[in-house]
Amino acid sequence: MGNRTTMKGTESKEKLIRLFLLATALSAISILALISVFIFTEGLPIMFRHGFKKFLFSLDWYPTEGHFGLLPMIIGSLMVTVGAMIIGVPLGLAGAIYLTQFSSKKVRMVVKPMIELLAGIPSVVYGFIGVVILVPFVRENFGGPGFSVLTASIILGIMILPTILSISIDSLMALPPAYREGSIALGATEWQTTRMVLLPAARSGIIASIILGMGRAVGETMAVIMIAGNATSLPRTILDPVRTLTSNIALEMGYASGEHRQALFATGVILFIIIMVLNTVANLTSRKMSR
Amino acid sequence: MSLRLSPRKEQAIVRRLLFGLTALSLFILAFIIFFILRHGLPVISWKFLTQNPIETGKEGGIFSTIIGTIVLIILALVIATPLGVGTAIFLTEYTVEGSLTRIIRFGSECLAGIPSIIFGLFGFILFVTKLKFGWSILSGSLTLAFMVLPTIIRTSEEAIKFVPQAYREVSFSLGGTKWQTVSRVVLPSALPGISTGVILSIGRSIGETAAVIFTAGSALRLPTSLFSSTRTMSVHFYILAREGISLSKAYGTAAVLIISILLINVITYYLMNRFLRKYT
Amino acid sequence: MKSKGRTFKEKAEFFSSFNIFSFFPLFFFTLFIFSSCSLKPAQKGITIAGSTSIQPFADQWAEVFMAKYPGRLINVQGGGSSAGIQAAMTGAAQIGMSSRELKPQEKVLQEFIVAWDGLAIIIHPSNPIEDLSLEEVRKIFAGQIVSWKEVGGPDHNIHVVTREEGSGTRGAFQEMVMGKERITKKSIVQDSNGTVREVVAGNPYAIGYISLGLVEKRVKAIKLDGIEPSLENIMSRRYRLVRPFILVTNGPPTDETHDFIQFILSSEGQELIKRQGLIPANLVMTEAKVGQ
Repeated sequence: MGNRTTMKGTESKEKLIRLFLLATALSAISILALISVFIFTEGLPIMFRHGFKKFLFSLDWYPTEGHFGLLPMIIGSLMVTVGAMIIGVPLGLAGAIYLTQFSSKKVRMVVKPMIELLAGIPSVVYGFIGVVILVPFVRENFGGPGFSVLTASIILGIMILPTILSISIDSLMALPPAYREGSIALGATEWQTTRMVLLPAARSGIIASIILGMGRAVGETMAVIMIAGNATSLPRTILDPVRTLTSNIALEMGYASGEHRQALFATGVILFIIIMVLNTVANLTSRKMSR
Repeated sequence: MSLRLSPRKEQAIVRRLLFGLTALSLFILAFIIFFILRHGLPVISWKFLTQNPIETGKEGGIFSTIIGTIVLIILALVIATPLGVGTAIFLTEYTVEGSLTRIIRFGSECLAGIPSIIFGLFGFILFVTKLKFGWSILSGSLTLAFMVLPTIIRTSEEAIKFVPQAYREVSFSLGGTKWQTVSRVVLPSALPGISTGVILSIGRSIGETAAVIFTAGSALRLPTSLFSSTRTMSVHFYILAREGISLSKAYGTAAVLIISILLINVITYYLMNRFLRKYT
Repeated sequence: MKSKGRTFKEKAEFFSSFNIFSFFPLFFFTLFIFSSCSLKPAQKGITIAGSTSIQPFADQWAEVFMAKYPGRLINVQGGGSSAGIQAAMTGAAQIGMSSRELKPQEKVLQEFIVAWDGLAIIIHPSNPIEDLSLEEVRKIFAGQIVSWKEVGGPDHNIHVVTREEGSGTRGAFQEMVMGKERITKKSIVQDSNGTVREVVAGNPYAIGYISLGLVEKRVKAIKLDGIEPSLENIMSRRYRLVRPFILVTNGPPTDETHDFIQFILSSEGQELIKRQGLIPANLVMTEAKVGQ
């Protein structure tokens, strides 16, 4: 009898623990839901009031006068992200290919964590390096005020490099060794093997790494605010200053009140949607890989 | 490729090119660290580390910002670690792969991708204004905890998966319940791996600025309670550098930041390798 | 934090905000724990929040005040004028700082003008320009004059640096210099006096505007219509770009906030304000009020 009750006791205790763990496990998704609820309830009403068209397609950002055109910031974010890709993808991929195909395991074990260290450096430090070194350099050698699309792209490119490198290495390493061995046995060089066998095979992982890198570039705030110049006009050249969605929020949040503040949350809504789309795409591609 | 190089020659060129680009990445890293340390190390002294900032940081040290950073991060980890490890235990030990785990993983991955400025906005609206915590350590820690949660989930999950199945079987065969097995066998064995995730989160938190500045504020005084505002080292660095308050103090703060990040990376690297070697 | 002082409406809001969380059991639990903590009185002293233009000065006021009254705690926060006013209204801060005039709907707050601040137009020290007319400054910031050559300087594009929309300093500049004209969208935007100064100090072709109290050697404050932005010229109202620094409280000041505000308005506080490069409250008040 006594034995049975303790059995029952442990059973219900186990059930309770499972329930508790389930609640814990739902925390991440709950937080995500909570964040969306708050950002959307703060940002959507003003978009409805003024019309989505005005927010998405107007070039005029005069928030204190009731003009909330976010197009310059959307294009600004796009420009610096593309710029960051142009810098970061070749560097990241080259590193990943070199370290997996052409270097010894020892070198890889040392170099990979070192480059990953770049991801640990605070974004304010990147911004600072940008301000003290890159901004004057660009101004003196290329012209313009130095705070520019170009400067922001270079710094962001460096910042997303470790993401691309690290995930690409992982997906290249995850390929069955037979792919490589088979191709080499057929007389192909390492480069031919990489180009024609390994890269296509690891494609989805590499694409996922690039999309995640894009997400990081789109979402970066502090470094960009320090080096991009934050002008609300559309940049005509890559030497013109530019404002991104993120810096629009961080720059004006302090002084904003009323509709202006809501418009900044609307900026957050657009940013949030872009990021969620990128996340979902990355998630789907990498799931395809694991299959 | 249309140049019709022989495959060997082509490979030699590509190899050199790839090596050059990899070396460039390493050079950038080395340059950033060297640049900050060269200007910052001479500023660092015992006094710099133990004195409070005077005149908004123009004089004095960075003591209160170090304390602010530490308190903020410890509280964030106290909140995030149980949630993260709990999630990982649930995902690995208490359920089978299915739509529920997919949703949980998707949530965690999306959370990882959300930019810190969004966390900042969210924390500001919920904790600072709606719940009236004000700009405070509490608001900042909760926000940070949410940010680092995915890192802790992911690393804990992987660490738990690495614990050999045999360990669990032995425990079950000795009559251990599921929870006994998890809490007394699996978790202790996975601990080094889990701590890697926790330390990685410290690294991420130390460098965080956007989310912290909107939730924990930027008061320079030593915090006296969970409801006092505080300024972390990276926020302090950001303000010093941007406002041109003191370039040398800014370099000093940046050097302290970089050194902490380096240390954290070395520790995680070491822990991870030891952990992996134990089970593979 | 202050459950006693909550009105019914606030309470209702407080609890209705929980409805969302009840979907997330654990979340509810965590927040419940933390919010119950928040009901305990935890904070001594007062929080001052708002204008980043006033913040560096207020930091020092607080330092001196706390040295004079040991045991009193003053917490100075930035956030911006609007955030500060908002904070004073909701009680997140006991005192708000504003470097712009209050808007009509904000007039429910009690306001104290504690100092006046001149706005300086600054350029790089290497720039030979010494003097611009108000008209020229307006045209430069409106993007109608684009080269320094047009105002007698080097043959190079002007890099206009401005503050972000909503900033009190920008609001004051807009009102006093630009009038109906808009600041060009091409200008570089920075979010504090200090950063504007840093950008101008690092760029030989830049022009910006900052609080006069923050001008230092690395930038050059130019004369406006031939008049130097000196304290004397501001007090005599010959230099025209002047704005108030305002502290606001929700309702009449409590004992603690009263002491601090009185301290700043005392001769000792005003002496400090003078040393900081600001203009004491009583010196310009009447004339500038007329000027508006």
